[in-house]
Amino acid sequence: MEITDIYNKLKKVFGDGIGELKTDVPVSPFFFADRSKINAVALFLRDEESLQFDNLSCLSGVDYDKDNLAVVYHLFSYALGHSLIVKCLIPKSDPKIQTVSDVWAAADWHEREAFDLVGMVFEGHPDLRRILLPDDWEGHPLRKDYKVPEFYNGMKVPY
Amino acid sequence: MSELRTEELTINMGPQHPSTHGVLRLVLTLNGEIVTDVKPVLGYLHRCFEKHCEAMTYPQVVPYTDRMDYLNSMNNELAYVLAAEKLLGIQVPERVEYIRVIMCELQRIASHLVAIGTYGNDAGAFTPFLYCFMDREKVLELFEMVCGARLLYNYIWVGGLSHDITPEFVTKTKEFIKYFRPRIKQINNLLSYNKIFIERTAGIGVLPQDVAVNAGVSGPTLRGSGVKFDLRKDDKYSIYDRFDFDVCVGWGERGVVGDCWNRYIVRAYEMEQSLRIIEQAIDNIPEGDVQSAVPKRVKPVVGESYVRTESPKGELAYYIISDGSLNPYRIKARSPSFCNLSVINQISRGHMIADVVMILGSFDIVLGCIDR
Amino acid sequence: MGNILTQWLGDNLLTYILIPVPVLVWVLVFALYAVLGERKVSAWMQNRIGPNRTDKFGLLQTILDVVKLIQKELIIPNRADRLYFRIAPYIVFTATFMGYAILPFSSVYIGVDLNLGLFYFFAITSLSVIGVLMAGWASNNKYSLFGGMRTVAQIVSYEIPTALSALVVVMLAGTLSMQKFAEIQSGGILNWYIFGGPGSVIKIVLIPIMVVSAVILFISTLAETNRTPFDLTEADSELVAGVHIEYSGMMFAMFFLAEYAQMFAVSGVVTTLFLGGWQSPFGDLVPFLNTPVFQVFWFLAKSLFLVFVMMWLRWTLPRVRIDQLMTMCWKFLIPITLVNLFLVGLYIILT
Repeated sequence: MEITDIYNKLKKVFGDGIGELKTDVPVSPFFFADRSKINAVALFLRDEESLQFDNLSCLSGVDYDKDNLAVVYHLFSYALGHSLIVKCLIPKSDPKIQTVSDVWAAADWHEREAFDLVGMVFEGHPDLRRILLPDDWEGHPLRKDYKVPEFYNGMKVPY
Repeated sequence: MSELRTEELTINMGPQHPSTHGVLRLVLTLNGEIVTDVKPVLGYLHRCFEKHCEAMTYPQVVPYTDRMDYLNSMNNELAYVLAAEKLLGIQVPERVEYIRVIMCELQRIASHLVAIGTYGNDAGAFTPFLYCFMDREKVLELFEMVCGARLLYNYIWVGGLSHDITPEFVTKTKEFIKYFRPRIKQINNLLSYNKIFIERTAGIGVLPQDVAVNAGVSGPTLRGSGVKFDLRKDDKYSIYDRFDFDVCVGWGERGVVGDCWNRYIVRAYEMEQSLRIIEQAIDNIPEGDVQSAVPKRVKPVVGESYVRTESPKGELAYYIISDGSLNPYRIKARSPSFCNLSVINQISRGHMIADVVMILGSFDIVLGCIDR
Repeated sequence: MGNILTQWLGDNLLTYILIPVPVLVWVLVFALYAVLGERKVSAWMQNRIGPNRTDKFGLLQTILDVVKLIQKELIIPNRADRLYFRIAPYIVFTATFMGYAILPFSSVYIGVDLNLGLFYFFAITSLSVIGVLMAGWASNNKYSLFGGMRTVAQIVSYEIPTALSALVVVMLAGTLSMQKFAEIQSGGILNWYIFGGPGSVIKIVLIPIMVVSAVILFISTLAETNRTPFDLTEADSELVAGVHIEYSGMMFAMFFLAEYAQMFAVSGVVTTLFLGGWQSPFGDLVPFLNTPVFQVFWFLAKSLFLVFVMMWLRWTLPRVRIDQLMTMCWKFLIPITLVNLFLVGLYIILT
């Protein structure tokens, strides 16, 4: 299925929950989805007969611009062989987003990683802990304003 | 009579343990020999790959990708370079494409040999391990001949290659193909169809198809569950569509589809297919300059690209966001081992400790790839 | 008693002190070179060279290893039970070494020719279980404890097929004395118990039974020595090293020594029971080859061959799982040995 068809289908169901489709950007077209509706969108994408996005290829947390974080979903369908990119903007002042880990089990660890490194909170995630960094690490390194701490548990960090 | 008081035993497997394939830590909850819960604890090898990349220029990232899955550097480089080239809009010369494919398939053989060897070692058979490493050594020698490095090559550059191949490499590779074909059979005789080995792996850790797809499992682990999907065939990146090869899936010759043995055997048969690809490619390498398309200054436009490739471990993808400067704005690596490992709790519950080792081994994880 | 030292030195205390000395020397030398041999055997099987830096063919390798181990600090974990932790390796070694008392090295050399020799052997070597369990418990390490528990389950279970398959020979020979077993099988390779023992042509029917018994005895003893494919006690890929984890230096070497000593001991028993003990395979055709010195040679050669087979198996096969190990013992080996026992009994009644 072409991306425009998928987009139109979603737009019909979710209306304002889906932002405009950007096709002129290099390299692949994408669109934004509302962060408070992403779980429903994900469920629709997975279960709709003509879409069947059964696989979440990648979930990336990004420090998107000055005011926003973003979560980027790269979806793929083994059944139908098409792929899709969905993004969700999250304001830095209130970094919360719905989880999709109940839709795709793959999202479980990816969301933990995004929480760990970029610092958005996935609401409804069953076990949102740090995954790569130590539990008592402070800050989220992949934020652009992140400063490497001087000391970690009394050990000097920059060497 | 009062009930006998029993306790659950918590065992810490790793970070230093011979069969966790690196510094992975598994917290096992045991009821006697039976495992009731597995909690993987990651991050012991976290090297801030993604953070580092933001301070590097695009070509400087390539050596970092080498160190992600250190048994599989060529495929890591290829995935990253393809993503960067897609962003830059570079079309590389034919010769480069061919050499890249040959290198990646040789690397796939080397990586699978490690997977098979260490899997035998997990099962307690040490001899196949050394046989596999002996053959892997031959592949590494080929790499050494081309680029001087044996493990971390920095060979595939954005837009080209660091060195051209020599005619000697071509003859040596052909010799290797001739030598290696019978060796696959030998390894199969020694390990794959060994009665005890089958007893240990068949029917253990069955991963059903729908669970595998939903959990983002990929590569030989997915194909072991019977999903006939290979990005080389289905996504046709690079020039893989020009070669004739089969996608191996676990078909339940022993045990049931989706168990450890089927995941394992996919790798054993994939080596044969890699040989076929190399055979087809090695004779048809066109002439050309391997560095003609290497840009002087890599400065892509604002945008982003996502390229998925089939690494020996599974689906390896790079997501690059460019803000138009010399440094990438964000690089995210979708590592196959990371996703594959996430199902371990689900499929090892109810098995024995020895089976957890076998299940873990059947994923063929590399911690450098998981922790990045 | 059939011991040459008793004849030479008389029946006094000194003799009894001296009798075990050659055996002890043999055990130590054997263990040293069996370790080297194992490394060489594995090296050949794996297309490697093996140790070759110390002297010719690495002949000094294990000696230097032992020197290194002696120098090493004995580390005892803080929370370990110090007394049991320390004595466990010695119990294991002592129990194994005591088994050597009844090994007939030659018609004129045996530690003690007990009339209950075989029974004594099984009784005394199974004491090593206590040492292993002690080590596993005292280490205060979960992996060690697991290893210890597995060993107990394993060795206690495999005692049964071991004893039952040995019983087949006992029934035919009508004795439990090790020296008698060897003496009965005189007259060449065809009179060995693996080929039905001495007797008329009708013993041919016994051959399949005896071969099966011999193989089962060998498998069971393999399991009792904790060698691959039954090395679940150590199982380096799951239990890291089982009971050996916390041991270092000479205490670890004791375990190692005990393992190799036991390999030879059980091979010696299998040899005596089924392969004619110290009898020459040529029987009376070449009487010269049946003199006491050559008897030692035959006994060692046969036993060492079995030791080699053990190494061969170790470097070829993967390890079984604990439940598969138990299944094999209780569902296959024991029923088969019982049937064997029955058939041999039938044979004895009918002939």
